[in-house]
Amino acid sequence: MLSRIATLIVKELQALLRDPQSRAILIMPLLLQLGLFPFAATLEVTNNTMAVFNEDNGQASFELVQRFARAQAFSAMIFVHDEAEMRQVIDMQQAMMVIRFPADFSRKITAGHAVNIQILLDGRRSNSGQIAQGYVQQIVQDYSDELLRRNRRTVPSKLITRNSFNPNLDYVRHVIPSLVAIITTISALIVTALSVAREREQGTFDQLLVSPLTPGMIMVGKTVPAMLVALVQASIILLAGVFIYRIPFAGSFALFYASMVFYILALAGFGLLISSVCATQQQAFLGVFSFMMPATMLSGFVSPVENMPVWLQYLDWLNPLRHFIVIVKGVFLRDIGVLTVWQNLWPLLVIATVTLGAANWMFRRQLG
Amino acid sequence: MTGPLVTLESVRKIFPDVKQPALEEISAQLWPGRITGLVGPDGAGKTTLIRLMAGLLSPTSGIIRIGGLSPGEDAVKLREFIGYMPQKFGLYEDLSVLENLELHADLRGVVGDARAATFARLLTFTDLGPFTARHAGKLSGGMKQKLGLACALLGQPRLLLLDEPGVGVDPISRRELWRMVQELIDQGIAVVWSTAYLDEAELCQEVLLMNEGRLLFYGKPQDLTNRICDRSLQIRHVEGDRRQLLTRVLRRPEIMDGVIQGHNLRLVLRAGCAPPNLLELDAGAGAEWVSVAPRFEDAFIEALGGGPGGDSVLAQKIRPAVGAYQTVVEAVDLTKKFGDFTATDHVNFAVKRGEIFGLLGPNGAGKSTTFRMMCGLLVPTSGTARVMGIDLKTSASDARQQIGYMAQKFSLYGSLSVRQNLIFFSGVYGLKGARQRTVVDEMIDAFRLQPYLDAAPDSLPLGFKQRLALACAVMHQPPILFLDEPTSGVDPVTRREFWTHINGVVGNGVTVMVTTHFMDEAEYCDRIALVYRGGVIAAGTPDQLKAQVSTPQNPDPSMEDAFITLVQGQAHDN
Repeated sequence: MLSRIATLIVKELQALLRDPQSRAILIMPLLLQLGLFPFAATLEVTNNTMAVFNEDNGQASFELVQRFARAQAFSAMIFVHDEAEMRQVIDMQQAMMVIRFPADFSRKITAGHAVNIQILLDGRRSNSGQIAQGYVQQIVQDYSDELLRRNRRTVPSKLITRNSFNPNLDYVRHVIPSLVAIITTISALIVTALSVAREREQGTFDQLLVSPLTPGMIMVGKTVPAMLVALVQASIILLAGVFIYRIPFAGSFALFYASMVFYILALAGFGLLISSVCATQQQAFLGVFSFMMPATMLSGFVSPVENMPVWLQYLDWLNPLRHFIVIVKGVFLRDIGVLTVWQNLWPLLVIATVTLGAANWMFRRQLG
Repeated sequence: MTGPLVTLESVRKIFPDVKQPALEEISAQLWPGRITGLVGPDGAGKTTLIRLMAGLLSPTSGIIRIGGLSPGEDAVKLREFIGYMPQKFGLYEDLSVLENLELHADLRGVVGDARAATFARLLTFTDLGPFTARHAGKLSGGMKQKLGLACALLGQPRLLLLDEPGVGVDPISRRELWRMVQELIDQGIAVVWSTAYLDEAELCQEVLLMNEGRLLFYGKPQDLTNRICDRSLQIRHVEGDRRQLLTRVLRRPEIMDGVIQGHNLRLVLRAGCAPPNLLELDAGAGAEWVSVAPRFEDAFIEALGGGPGGDSVLAQKIRPAVGAYQTVVEAVDLTKKFGDFTATDHVNFAVKRGEIFGLLGPNGAGKSTTFRMMCGLLVPTSGTARVMGIDLKTSASDARQQIGYMAQKFSLYGSLSVRQNLIFFSGVYGLKGARQRTVVDEMIDAFRLQPYLDAAPDSLPLGFKQRLALACAVMHQPPILFLDEPTSGVDPVTRREFWTHINGVVGNGVTVMVTTHFMDEAEYCDRIALVYRGGVIAAGTPDQLKAQVSTPQNPDPSMEDAFITLVQGQAHDN
């Protein structure tokens, strides 16, 4: 029996690697995403335009504007002179924010009174806007602390944010571990769902079914190659992350690879389940796509799971990517322990058992 | 118009990266009101020639004129002129019959009242009227071809190009298709009918016989057949094993070609040779030579240089342990229901060891369903399917180890090389280590696959593809072979080679179960079950079935006559 399964696995790998096209399908998305994602999908805000409506023209406002101009977030400054103009630069998206200094700004500061400045943000760019606002607040805070010190007044206690495990909020550190999960998801689904559908189209699936192979053996023969491919791809991303993007790998390799294995089992279950209801490659592709999109969107990669409505959070429990992304980021960046890994691993085990069982049942039933 | 509709002058076609020209110096004229047969084995250049005429390819050199126009330059004008039906239907399987027609009508600009009238005419013509809402993918092979023909006939073409319309179609549908085309001829259309079925070629007014891109014969089929006159013979009243006798006869230098016809052998002598002595051939005391009418196929084989011989190298390698069972394949009250539809209804048969058992029947009669249940691809709703005494339901895996399976479409892995396919299929059946290597090497040797080991199976010539498929099916020495339309669309020479191997392994005690639309192939069977509407309507030896339909008007009916008469008789009874 083992030699038959080995034969299936060798066949699958030969089929994947012999053809230059299928080789490209396995390696191109990997290289592209590895090269592009860390730069493109970034949350940092740089090179934006800030508009300033300065009714004050005093020394304090002038100094603050200088400080804004030095920030990397804002490479260009526009000066506007009335409210209409102020509205227009936002409407026309010439600037992402406008800072308005009231006429008595410098005077009040010199007198030691509290004073307000107005920040207008482009709501269409809510994410970047909020982040840019954070920068501005930081700059204003620093300035006011300095003023207090200059006047030998005690600086009031304040909240200092420090980001653990990613102190500089380096976005690459968020993307690379997530890429491990996302890229292996794609290839595991291709190797399982699409290859079964292809065998159906070409008639080779019948050829397997008339052989002494059992549906279980055929499933193992599809799952193991998917796992091998995914492990190799994950290792490549891991190496690139450590050596090219200089992210320290904090956790245990054993945990990383062990949880990878369970994750691919869960995925292979979904892949085989999709393929068991599809007659053609086209259907299988649509099936894979309809699984991939929500699984990625709801995985916590794009927005935190905790922000979703509660019912959706429960439903999302079925999404293997959601659990695995926690593990992979945790192991990669934080060296989370076995216990924490286990908390996210057992759902994967349950998902794998259910989906693989269902797929096996479907394959057996189809023979009937 | 009184002249020819199509003129071909020294047409050559060379594909880049292929040394041998696909077409070499083809000159011919096609006339309106005639069916011109395009005949030849796989790779002869039939499809290339049709595609040249359809304007889908342009010739490397030479001139093609269709009604005075050139397919390359006047493509747009000619499109209204030509109806083209490609090999694989060219239908959208997910669209209904009517939607397919509408699509083609839109493409051809048949609109308004003309469309309604044309649809009505074509639907009556093809008898597809009751099925307009059915998806094209759900039609039987014969109905698909009729729909393909209807689509090609939209816009009233003057030249109809049909690329192998008879492949995968049962004899009844083929006759209907032929009758339809005959009607078109009467309307003055010129028809090109490409085929590997030579009984079809025989009915054409003119044939172009091609091989490897060359035109071997151009003229009336009768003229070619006449070259054989008095050289077609049968050996009747054979005693002993007729398959082994065929092998012995084909070794004789006087014999050009030979096949099995029920209990008789049909042989063709080489020109100028006398029939060999039957006693020397050990054919039995009662055996005798009887002269029979020559067929176009005889002449075709001669034009291609004779048959492939009767010795099977494979038979020397495949000697399975056949066990003590006398009944090796058995169906007991086999029934399969799909919802309300009963595809197979209480089918019973038993196949003895060393028999070739044929399942025949029109498209959609339940033949494939029965066959798929027997080899474990479908589980019966009720009843039992057994091979070597093992119930397929309870110990499917053990039963399947006893089976070799060859599908119609050569289901091999296109993304693996020839050698990788051989290794894979032997491995799946549990061969490993030194034994696996020996078996794979034996197959490479026996089928002369050496030059193709690293090639993809799809790139192989058809004959080699079929050899590879057979090799993959028999490496584990199965005592039973399941063949599902094994020679569909295959030319007569390749088909003979295939049956030589099958006859050889049957001589070693292998049992064969085969489905086919090919009446010649049915003649190779020891026994036949004719399936129609889910049940077996007739069973027996080919000779018995033929005898059942023998009438004073037709005292010596062919297998095809038997098939059609029996099926239609049943249809009338209901």
